[in-house]
This record gives sequence, C-alpha cells and structure tokens, in this order.
Amino acid sequence: MKILVCISNVPDTTSKINFTGDGKSFDKNGVQFVINPWDEYALTRAIELKEAKGGTVTVLNVGEADTEANIRKALAIGADDAIRVNAFPKDAMFVAQQIAAIAKENSYDLILMGKESIDFNGSQVHGMVGELLGIPVIFPAFKLDMIDDTTARLEREIEGGKEVLEVKLPFVASAQQPMSEPRIPNMRGIMTARTKPLKVVEPTGEGAQTEYASFSKPEKKSGVRMIDAENAGELISLLRNEAKVL
Amino acid sequence: MSVLVLVEGFNGEIKKSSLEAASYGSQVANALGTEATAIAIGEVQESALAALGAQGITKVLFDDDARLHNFVAEAYLKVIAQAASQESAKVIIFSNTNIGAALGSRLAVRLNGSLATNVTALPVISGDSFTVRRGVFSGKAFADVNLTGDVKIVAVKKNSIDISSDAGGTASVEKFSVGLSDADFAFAPKETVMQETDGGVLLPEAEIVVSGGRGLKGPENWHLVEDLAKALGAATACSKPVSDQDWRPHHEHVGQTGITISPNLYIAIGISGAIQHLAGVNSSKVIVVINKDPEAPFFKAADYGIVGDAFEIVPKLIEAARAL
Ligand SMILES: Cc1cc2nc3c(=O)[nH]c(=O)nc-3n(C[C@H](O)[C@H](O)[C@H](O)COP(=O)(O)OP(=O)(O)OC[C@H]3O[C@@H](n4cnc5c(N)ncnc54)[C@H](O)[C@@H]3O)c2cc1C
Ligand SMILES: Nc1ncnc2c1ncn2[C@@H]1O[C@H](COP(=O)(O)O)[C@@H](O)[C@H]1O
Repeated sequence: MKILVCISNVPDTTSKINFTGDGKSFDKNGVQFVINPWDEYALTRAIELKEAKGGTVTVLNVGEADTEANIRKALAIGADDAIRVNAFPKDAMFVAQQIAAIAKENSYDLILMGKESIDFNGSQVHGMVGELLGIPVIFPAFKLDMIDDTTARLEREIEGGKEVLEVKLPFVASAQQPMSEPRIPNMRGIMTARTKPLKVVEPTGEGAQTEYASFSKPEKKSGVRMIDAENAGELISLLRNEAKVL
Repeated sequence: MSVLVLVEGFNGEIKKSSLEAASYGSQVANALGTEATAIAIGEVQESALAALGAQGITKVLFDDDARLHNFVAEAYLKVIAQAASQESAKVIIFSNTNIGAALGSRLAVRLNGSLATNVTALPVISGDSFTVRRGVFSGKAFADVNLTGDVKIVAVKKNSIDISSDAGGTASVEKFSVGLSDADFAFAPKETVMQETDGGVLLPEAEIVVSGGRGLKGPENWHLVEDLAKALGAATACSKPVSDQDWRPHHEHVGQTGITISPNLYIAIGISGAIQHLAGVNSSKVIVVINKDPEAPFFKAADYGIVGDAFEIVPKLIEAARAL
C-alpha cells in the first residue's frame, strides 16, 4: 500500500503568538516549530498500517526550507521518504493544489492528513484535495483499519455520535485522536532519517483565493473575581445576576 | 444574486448554530442589498422552517429526502451546489460544524470560490473587497482575511453571532429536489451510533459546559460534574488526561487536540489550565475556575474563581443551582 501523509509545520502548542509591528505577519522569533499534532496521529497510523501490511509511507510538506527539520523528524519516526514543495503555504487552496498535483503524479492508495493545522485552524486542505482528485474525504476520522487490500473501515466523529463507514481506496482521511499513539523517534530512526530521500520540488500554479490582511490579538480579560470557598453558592447568583449567563 | 445559508437539523429542530448562520446570512444580504435564502437538509421538520423568517430569511428551500438524514458529503454537495446555482448565490454561509467545514472546502473547489472557516464576525464589505475576521492560532489571535474569489464561502464559528428575533416575519418554504441517485449515497455510513446525551445537550452546541480534570481523582467522582451539569442544563467535558485514562469518552475531551468550544459559560473543576487546554475553551464568554491551588494558571484566564477543594465546593454549587 502506498500511503501519503501530509504534514504541516506549526508553532509548538505552548508558543506565545506575536505578530510583526505592522500586524501583517506572524513573528517567528523565538518560536519552536513542530509537526502539527493532528498530523502525528495520521503519520503514526500510516506507519502502523505499513508495518502490518507492507508498503511505503511518503511524507509531504508545502513549505520553505526551514520546515526540513520536522520533515526529517517524520522520517525518523518511520516514514520512508519525503517530498517538500518549496513554497510559502499562502492559503489552503494553494496548498491543496500542490498536494493534489503530487498525488496525481504518484497515485497513492491512501492520503492521510490531520483534522486541522493549529496555526490557521482551517480544516480545509483535506476537503479541497479530495475534491481536486475526485475521491472521498472522511473528516474527521478517529479509527482506520483495512478490511482487505481494497477497502477500509473508518469511524468518523459526528456531532452527537459517530459513524462507521466502509470506503474503497483511494480516499483522503483526516485524523484525530485516538487514531494512534504518536511515537517519539528513537536513536536508530534518527540515524537512518539522515539518509532517507527528501525530494524538493517547485510549486505549480498560483491558486490562492484569500489574502491575509492583518492579525490581532483578543482583548485581555479584565481580571478574575474570586469568591470565598465558604460561600461557594454565591457563584451561582453572580452568574445569574451579574454575568447573566444562567 | 443572493446569499445562501445552509440550515442543519438535529432531532427535527433547527440547530442553534444554524440559526446563527441564518442571522449572519441575512445581515450580509442586507449589506449587499439582496435577500437571504436558506437550504435546509437533513433531520428537520418542515413546520420548524418558517421560523427562519425571524432570522431575516425570506425563502427556505427544503430537501426532505430521508436519505439525507445522515450526512453524506457527495449528496449534500449536489443539493447545495444546485441551490447556489438556482439562486445565483455569491455568498454561501455555513456554521463551522464538522459538516460545514467538510462541505465548505469541497464547495470552494467546485465553485472556484474563496473560503474562510472559523469566522467570528460579520464581514467588512467595501466595493469589491469582502473581509472577514477569523480565529487563528487556537484562539490566541484573529486574522482579517480578504476573500478574493467570485463566490465567498463563510463558515461561522459557533456562539459568535447573536440570533436576532425580530428581523422579519415568516419565511416561505419551498420543496427542493435535485433527483439524487443511489450513486450519490455510495459513501453513506454503514452504521450511526449516537451518544447518550444527558437532557439532550450536545457538547459542541451547548451554551453551558461543566468540565472536569485530573483534580477529580477518578471516574467514580464524576457524579459531581454530571449533577452540576444537570442542574444547569449543561453538557459535560473533560481535559485530555481524563479521556486518555478512559475516565471519560474521547469525544468529551476539549483543547488543542480535542474539540474547540465557545459556550456562554465554561466551568472548569480540578483542571490546571495548561495552554493546550485553554486553546479549546478560551473563546468561552464566561469562565469559572475551581481549583485547590491558588497558583493554577487557569485563574489567569478566568472571570470567576474559587480556591478550594472541589469535593467540598461542587456539592454547594449543585445545591445552589438546584434552588434556581
Ligand atoms: C501536544 C499536546 C497537546 C495537548 N492537548 C491537550 C488538549 O487538547 N486538552 C487538554 O486538556 N490537554 C492537552 N494537553 C495536556 C496538557 O498539557 C495538560 O497536561 C492537561 O491539560 C492537564 O490536565 P488536568 O488539568 O486535568 O490535570 P493536571 O494538570 O494534573 O491538573 C489537575 C488540577 O487539579 C487541581 N486539583 C487537584 N485536586 C483538587 C481538588 N480536590 N479540588 C480542586 N482542584 C484540585 C490541581 O491543583 C491541578 O491544578 C496536551 C499536551 C500536549 C503536549
Ligand atoms: N503546508 C502544508 N503542507 C502539507 N500538508 C498540509 C499543509 N497545510 C495543511 N496540511 C494538511 O492539511 C491538514 C488540514 O490543514 P488546514 O486545512 O490548514 O487546517 C493538516 O492537518 C495537514 O495534514
């Protein structure tokens, strides 16, 4: 089975978010970048499927050269090879077009992504890729097993419950917890990752359909009002009469 | 030219998030000098639809094909794309539900449009530019995005738009059918399993959420969370370690790697307030924190706080809530 896993490169979950003085772009200063946490679920599940059934796992990132540290990390975790489309990921449509172009060239059996990237919180790329390729998209999937060589069984979260689906390959699925237990690269993985192939290709087309004009931060809370534990019940009347949320 | 709004149903009723989308859509229509039409699909009763007039919707297209009660993206897309073309819709509004996000991205490709998800405010429209504000970096920031495509698709974040109650009268309801074939349902789910919801409150739609963390020590103590939730008509949630240890089901886990919620009131009991947890709840309107550690980081993000032992405090809250 040939599996493609798309990973985005995002600020670590503990990062403080700042923007440049003019508010026009994200300030990368002092920010640690990681593989998007949701994509780690996709990556580990892909590696598990490969270990069970054979095949290859290719990781793909649309990004500039500074994302290579995390691409190597994905290789160290167990992907076989990697592709980087050498471009700033302008928006979801642009990224989706790059991924779809690579997928058309290599015809993968399965394309796995994360539910959303935690920088722009779009939840868009998987749907766009599926539509561009004309294949189903299962969003968000928290369980994925192969029934046989051509059909997978997935569980997908819906509001108020879950759905069980059986879908023929190829398709796109976007992963969420608890699809797999993300792995930490071991020493051997880190050593072999250095020599695994990482191909850099140039982007195709323009694609972008949106322009990010400016960024801002939410207003700070005015401060917490403390209530004495002895009179805890008073909270309920404050919530009703002062905050007006009950 | 018009504005088209997708209306989703649940148990025969219109989802609250769809009322917000309808309210959003009619305000955009007003700004553009046009009208807002709704397309209603799924499990909603025809009699409930005329009430969309109060949201400023003038016409509701209703596809009552029972096969649409389950979400099947291919079939939904066909219906919505057809409605968009019939109404010459230039702006399409969804709620940012799993369904809205799944459809928006596919529709953007199909209609060659621009999409913004997680939108928190009405657009600023001036001449050709159509700019919306959306939440980014897990609620730590906002971005103003200009949708440059011909068709603009907006998925509105839950609980960020007030539902109007006096925007109009009743809407006319028209049957709408595009003649779906079995092939459109090829990817229908084999099975749908609904969770038990106490009092029918779905976590993503809930206006009040009571949430528990590791401070509650074990699943045997969850009656505290559940009883308070029941007394307040709230849904229940939890932190990640709680669902990781199977004290609670995964779908209750909120945060960076769980679901994001924005209720009017979020009550956190025995949760430290790690930045990854805050990412899922920081756009709640009012946050209450109950923690025995006065230094718990969650107090910095709270509106109301009580320092003390949850096992003593929560029973008092339950009592006061029941007396409301
Ligand atoms: C990549 C990544 C993603 C993550 N995603 C998420 C996520 O989506 N959601 C999430 O929640 N976490 C997430 N985490 C984990 C997060 O960092 C924290 O570890 C977690 O939120 C802590 O859960 P907690 O507050 O329940 O437990 P703890 O941190 O152990 O806090 C327990 C709290 O209970 C208090 N307490 C103890 N006893 C009592 C008592 N009797 N009465 C009152 N208070 C009491 C303590 O003072 C303490 O503050 C993520 C971590 C990583 C690295
Ligand atoms: N720049 C990128 N390169 C590769 N994959 C990406 C990129 N951006 C997003 N993705 C994938 O698309 C998923 C959804 O991202 P988004 O639509 O940005 O929220 C992510 O979880 C990734 O799997």
